[in-house]
Amino acid sequence: MYQFNYHRPASLDEAASLMAGADDGTYLSGGMTLIPTLKQRLAAPSDVIDLGGIGALSGITDNGNTISVGAMTRHAEVAASNAIPALADLAGQIGDAHVRNRGTIGGSIANSDPAADYPAAVVALDSTIHTTERSIAGGDFFQGLFETALDEGEIITSVEFTKPTSAAYAKFPNPASRYAVVGVFVARCGDATCVGVTGAGPCAFRWSELEAELAKSFSASAVANAALDHSEFNADIHASAEFRGNLVRVMAERAVASLT
Amino acid sequence: MEISITVNGRSEALDVPDNALLADVLRERLGLTGTHVGCDTSQCGACVVHMDGAAVKSCTVLAGQANGAEVTTIEGIGNPDNLHPMQAAFRENHALQCGFCTPGMIMSAIDLVQKADGQLDEGDVRDGLEGNLCRCTGYHNIVKAVLAAQDDMKSA
Amino acid sequence: MANETGIGAAVKRKEDARFITGTGRYTDDIGAHGQTYAVFARSPHARAKLNGLDASAALATEGVVAVFTGADLQADGIGDLPCGWTVHSKDGEPMVVPAHPPIAVDKVNYVGEPYAVVIGESLEAAKNGAEALEADFEELPAVVDLASAASADQIHENVPNNQTYDWELGDKAATDAAFAQAHHVSSLEIVNNRLIPNAIEPRAALGEYDAASGLYTLHTTSQNPHLERLVLAAFVQIAPEARLRVISPDVGGGFGSKIFVYAEETAVIWAAGKLRRPVKWRAERSESFLADAHGRDHVTKAELALAEDGTFLGLRVKTLANMGAYLSTFASSVPTYLYGTLMAGQYKTPAIYVEVQSLFTNTAPVDAYRGAGRPEATYVVERIVETAAREMGIDAAELRRRNFIAPSDFPYETPVALTYDTGDYEASLAKALEHADYAGFGARKAASEAAGKKRGIGFSCYIEACGLAPSQVAISLGAGVGLFEVGEVRVDVTGSVTVVTGSHSHGQSHETTFAQIISEKLGVPFENVTVLHGDTGRSDYALGTYGSRSLAVGGSALIKAIDKIIAKGKKIAAHMLEAQEEQVDFADGTFTVADSNQSLTFPEVAFAAYVPANYPLEELEPGLSEKAFYDPPNFTYPAGAHICEVEIDPATGVVDITSFVAVDDFGHIVNPMIVEGQVHGGLAQGIGQALLEHGVYDETGQLVSGSYMDYTMPRADDLPSFTVDTTVTPCTHNPLGVKGCGEAGAIGSTAAVMNAVTNALGVASVPMPATPETVWRAAQA
Repeated sequence: MYQFNYHRPASLDEAASLMAGADDGTYLSGGMTLIPTLKQRLAAPSDVIDLGGIGALSGITDNGNTISVGAMTRHAEVAASNAIPALADLAGQIGDAHVRNRGTIGGSIANSDPAADYPAAVVALDSTIHTTERSIAGGDFFQGLFETALDEGEIITSVEFTKPTSAAYAKFPNPASRYAVVGVFVARCGDATCVGVTGAGPCAFRWSELEAELAKSFSASAVANAALDHSEFNADIHASAEFRGNLVRVMAERAVASLT
Repeated sequence: MEISITVNGRSEALDVPDNALLADVLRERLGLTGTHVGCDTSQCGACVVHMDGAAVKSCTVLAGQANGAEVTTIEGIGNPDNLHPMQAAFRENHALQCGFCTPGMIMSAIDLVQKADGQLDEGDVRDGLEGNLCRCTGYHNIVKAVLAAQDDMKSA
Repeated sequence: MANETGIGAAVKRKEDARFITGTGRYTDDIGAHGQTYAVFARSPHARAKLNGLDASAALATEGVVAVFTGADLQADGIGDLPCGWTVHSKDGEPMVVPAHPPIAVDKVNYVGEPYAVVIGESLEAAKNGAEALEADFEELPAVVDLASAASADQIHENVPNNQTYDWELGDKAATDAAFAQAHHVSSLEIVNNRLIPNAIEPRAALGEYDAASGLYTLHTTSQNPHLERLVLAAFVQIAPEARLRVISPDVGGGFGSKIFVYAEETAVIWAAGKLRRPVKWRAERSESFLADAHGRDHVTKAELALAEDGTFLGLRVKTLANMGAYLSTFASSVPTYLYGTLMAGQYKTPAIYVEVQSLFTNTAPVDAYRGAGRPEATYVVERIVETAAREMGIDAAELRRRNFIAPSDFPYETPVALTYDTGDYEASLAKALEHADYAGFGARKAASEAAGKKRGIGFSCYIEACGLAPSQVAISLGAGVGLFEVGEVRVDVTGSVTVVTGSHSHGQSHETTFAQIISEKLGVPFENVTVLHGDTGRSDYALGTYGSRSLAVGGSALIKAIDKIIAKGKKIAAHMLEAQEEQVDFADGTFTVADSNQSLTFPEVAFAAYVPANYPLEELEPGLSEKAFYDPPNFTYPAGAHICEVEIDPATGVVDITSFVAVDDFGHIVNPMIVEGQVHGGLAQGIGQALLEHGVYDETGQLVSGSYMDYTMPRADDLPSFTVDTTVTPCTHNPLGVKGCGEAGAIGSTAAVMNAVTNALGVASVPMPATPETVWRAAQA
């Protein structure tokens, strides 16, 4: 690791002012991506501002129609919650037990890793990202490979999810890293169905063609009728774009099947 | 920077570099070399310790993040004359060979059993240990040991 | 009453007390006062000229103590890293060996090859210094693809066609004749995928130099510290052996990868002498991926000729073996004498011809990895036997049975230079079939199909040759070292025993099994036996641990030393009891005189040997400490039957191993608990090769699978629990009747898994590893 100044502010204001005063600061939430990056000297921030000391950022609140998940809430805590079972199921499939004990929802979505799990739920559920500056609709948040709508210095404070009627997440894990090769989150909200896909593209996206088919007939067999262009999908030694295309369909079928 | 942490029940006040990792503080400053470092991508789990009651990879925790925390390492759970039930089960079931992954494996397994809702079955244990690599045992005897230890831990 | 801590007992391990309490002592746990830290600058290119290296900024970096280049080492008389086995080509010429300086001098030939070492007051300073080095590389096109390497750019000036040797074994004419009369010929083209060993403890070294005595001390993660010392002394020219002590303390797994003498410990011990300060290095995992010797990596075409009734008539094998960029310590022997010689398998194939062309590529050096040549041979033989069974419509188990070497055939001389001493292959297969419930397979397959899954079963009846021997034969075939082992039994004054062995345990449990042997043979309580190993300052020159040899060779040496102890003890007892030596018997720790009630305990005799009041000093030296060297007359031949059953999800290509049965014949077993553990670990590595692990370079020679994010290590949730059992035909030529168990799991299992996968899919072949995408594609066809 390169040298940096470590800070552990007790409030959001303090965090923001530390960031403003840093040459090249970075926020640290769970550190599950940032710390390995620092260890391999792939990043050289002047200041690391640890959000772990801001107690207000952690915890899950049930608001009736929605739940609010504090940005510093660990994956393990979400996995043990029961307000949105599919979200808990998703959180329980992130990384491994140790990653879930440290990693946070805010850190995960702020990073917008194309293979992260949470983004599938953020785009599929009616969700809102609350930040120190504003509220961002979940559908507008992910903008590309490791790119989000967040501005410089802006901190996610919580993620609010509308409770779906029912939902399910089906994941095909990378056999080595355990990230998602493909993850499909299917959420039924009244008559509408939303489908979020992670792992396949540069960032999570909605599969609107499938949503339209599922609106006509909510059944696993509807997946075969939905168009899906895999030509631009991610490709690596574990899965070609074509195989990812297949996995998106299969995971979608399994998620839908579990809801019928 | 100054940090204070409680390690194996002993409080320690230490001056460490801002970029120090918990694993390095344990190994190099406190001489607790039972915590091992086997990779640089937070995958292998040889460095797992308990921090404030949760199993964490100490190679992926900054010393500053551990400031004020209670940390338990492999050296803090038992000794040859008074083994923790998980340590005893590893020995009884030949769940280790070279021993390098063992401290992290034992610390993970203890957390797994402690957090379990009910009785763990083989599949639960295999899933629960996915964050710990072992190259020697093929996991067969590790799984046996954890299943055996859960009963001993409850009765202990 | 059986000795509860003797031979055959499942004694709990002595080693465990320290490992489960975190008090093991691995190389990285050891520090020296005033130590410095080494960081290696590694080539980012697969192939490049190194036209210059400007270290001025590095040297000016705060905390940097020194920067050393390959030229610095050469100028100081430091030699190349040698390859210890000279293989000869078909034409009788010795293999062509390229120069292999520990630190690259003017060219680099694989990504990760060190071209400088930076020594710092801290690890961070050394890293900063390494980053400040300015190397002037001139990139050249990399040779990566093995299949086309012989016709690609020449990597080494002295190695035309990138070929180190073109080797053959067997009778070509007889084999051709066998094919000419074949009723059926099966052929198969297979790739044995490159593996990256990944012992969980990364390699490490701590070098120290004592200027007053001129003594160098190297703590390092070696499976064979004496070999390390020999090479560093005789070839690399660090110092004569007597001034060089190599210590391998607790070592966290080896699997072959820690046999070899590498650049890093060479540079570390040399720099410690140069700087007169301790130098420490520990690999980061990313360095392990790049710079540990890799394993396997063959491209093979195999053909099997059969008679109408399925009798094997001939086997023809042509293999390209990837050596990587340089010849690692034993690289040349792996695809030849540890591979071609195993092509008979368990079968009476009368004519066999094997050709192996070993080629250089711009990739990490390839050398022995758990099984070393024998898994590759088993993969060829057992895949093609299974293929033939399917093509001819003969049950796969039955075809094997028809061709097995029968118990009455031993000793059996194969057409590929080995003489098997004993075995009962049918017994292992029969037991395995029973465990696997072969009879019930059809019903299970139907149930899987009803659930939309595909189910398959696969066999592998493997043989291996362990305890590489005898020295004279191996040396005549090109080995540069002897292959014996040493064992020393030091009986202490009060009758406890300290064993010093040249074998090294990095998971194998010598401290327990060797103590069991002492307990059994000398009647000394198990807890009063301590086994020391891993230190050239403690044991005589010996070869260490590799090739499943510790018990078969090291254990045999120990038995010879025990015999000497007993013989001397009898002399002492005879004197003390005023009896004839021939009248003295020794059993259960007691010397007795025939036809009398006179006896002495082992501690009483030991005490007399060291406090020789009543002792025949005129005839006998005092003391009771003996050592013995043992050079085996033959290999040992562990063999067995592995049966794998899989269920495949055709939609995702995921292969689920529903059962894995291994029935192995290791001869006599000293500790069944430990043997089972060795089998489990081997199976995990063999299954890992079949389904998960793959060292992948891209076309430019960059290692794509260079971390645990991309290289799929077998994890707990990838594997089933195993069914492990044994049969016993004792080895006929060593005193314990043991054969070796360390590699069997990795040797036998891979073919069983792949045979099961191809059986499930109903296809002739699937590339290995059978990853989800690979299997999915095959399932679509």
